[in-house]
Amino acid sequence: MSIHGKAIKFGDNVDTDVILPGQYLVLTDPTELAKHAMEGLDPTFTKKTQEGAIIVAGKNFGCGSSREQAPIALKHAGVKCVLAESFARIFYRNAITIGLPVLECPGVSSKVAEGDELIVNLETGEVKNKSKNLALHATKLPGFIMEILNDGGLIEHLRKRIRSK
Amino acid sequence: MNIAEKILARASGKGEVTPGEIVEASIDVAMMHDLTGPMTIESFQKIGAKKVWDSQRIVVILDHIVPASSVKSAELHKTVRDFVEEQKIGNFYDIGHGGVCHQVMPEKGHVRPRELIVGADSHTCTYGAFGAFATGIGSTEMAAVFVTGTLWFKVPRVIKVNVTGLFQNLVTPKDLILNIIGQIKVDGAIYDGVEFAGPTIRNMSIDGRMVLCNMAVEMGAKTGIIEPDETTLNYVKNRTTKPFKPVKSDSDATYKEVLDVDVADMEPQVSCPHSVDNVKPISEVGKVDINQAFLGSCTNGRLEDLRVAAKLLEGRKVKKGVRMLVIPASQEIYLEALKEGLIKTFLQAGAYVCNPTCGACVGGHLGLLAPGEVCISSSNRNFVGRMGSPKAYVYLASPATVAASAVTGKISDPRILKEA
Repeated sequence: MSIHGKAIKFGDNVDTDVILPGQYLVLTDPTELAKHAMEGLDPTFTKKTQEGAIIVAGKNFGCGSSREQAPIALKHAGVKCVLAESFARIFYRNAITIGLPVLECPGVSSKVAEGDELIVNLETGEVKNKSKNLALHATKLPGFIMEILNDGGLIEHLRKRIRSK
Repeated sequence: MNIAEKILARASGKGEVTPGEIVEASIDVAMMHDLTGPMTIESFQKIGAKKVWDSQRIVVILDHIVPASSVKSAELHKTVRDFVEEQKIGNFYDIGHGGVCHQVMPEKGHVRPRELIVGADSHTCTYGAFGAFATGIGSTEMAAVFVTGTLWFKVPRVIKVNVTGLFQNLVTPKDLILNIIGQIKVDGAIYDGVEFAGPTIRNMSIDGRMVLCNMAVEMGAKTGIIEPDETTLNYVKNRTTKPFKPVKSDSDATYKEVLDVDVADMEPQVSCPHSVDNVKPISEVGKVDINQAFLGSCTNGRLEDLRVAAKLLEGRKVKKGVRMLVIPASQEIYLEALKEGLIKTFLQAGAYVCNPTCGACVGGHLGLLAPGEVCISSSNRNFVGRMGSPKAYVYLASPATVAASAVTGKISDPRILKEA
């Protein structure tokens, strides 16, 4: 699976309260949630993601609460993948769960600029920065996580498991 | 093995586990609330499951947006109540019967040493205070637990924090954990466990231990954990009807690193906007006028917290121009605070006492801040927009510092006020 998109950059410690503020947690429609993604940090975010984007961030992306609505809002806003130096663990698990690929990619925050065109190969972990003609290496996802992503998320993955029983 | 490894080994049916290993473990208790529950239920239904794996092991608590503040939140509550009824989940704490989930869980006897507990809430790590391995997960993973009773875990490396020394008067476990987070930083323990140990912890009350484990997640940790001792057992045995078997770390257990902290010279600590690790001793905070003071949350809404704040507010008034919110963490704590006269003290001081809820801390349905406003809060997060406007400022501190600041109208060292 390879993913193309333009980079939208963020710094370290982007928390789930800015990815999706608590006051919107009563919303259940993913497209409604998506409208408020990152609104505290970057009010133009959802304009930039409309044609598909890859978030590039620093350390500890997604720290804070366990809200699954955070990766859902990003995914439905048009984010195809998140590359970060490191992730907070609950966000990481939630993103995989809902079928949003997330990869740890050392050096990504310094080697990618806002708007750079990226190609991410999920199987190999290779990240190509087309704009700068650079190659980066993300940590490959373990097999069982790739299975969940390939099934389109944990719900489909478990449906399959139940059906095959 | 250390205590975290021992619990994961037991829960995954292995003799031994090592950090980095991925295990599939059986869940002892699973908890969800009104904001994460509806999505759990939706996912459970989408998976196509009909019955939960074990209705006795599930606990459901309404606490985040209670009582319902909108038709939308009323609908979410109804979704949860219908599911509880359909799945015959007995451990359900509706409005008026529980309070903030992380207080209700141990209070109602759902937390025991050596158990593996997951909650659809990031502060689930609080239960490590009782020698359990407890961690937060998302809603759909909770649905997976409801279906299978198991979940995958990466065995974490564990950072040991060894605490010595006696606290100065009005310096509290909250100051200690803020100081530790200031040192380890918000990403310093990603995927790790944090074990709190040492004589200061052994002398600490259950309320205090819960503050430490509660905020482990603010360093990125998967769990905070404290070896159970007599204090733990005295609390747990009076609350639970199930048998339990405490487990301790081996003397040759391995740790990622050991951090030594001495509290003897520690002054009250303040976490400044907009990151929990932006921690300063209160003497270095400078003059900060406040609009709101919040005492409550799963971090600091317990009896010990209300007592120290009431002592400082006794015979005093909340400064004009400041609003102080007091939110006891549970019905039980509220009732006890009422009996002890603490609620009366708060009301006479001009504080506004609310029903048990997460509302103010999570910036949900009450106590929100306007742009430019400043709040001193006993809660756990000061992120941009956490308590309302993204242009507001949240400072985190102990209940004593919150109370003192409410009286003076600016962030203040509680030691400048004489206790009544």
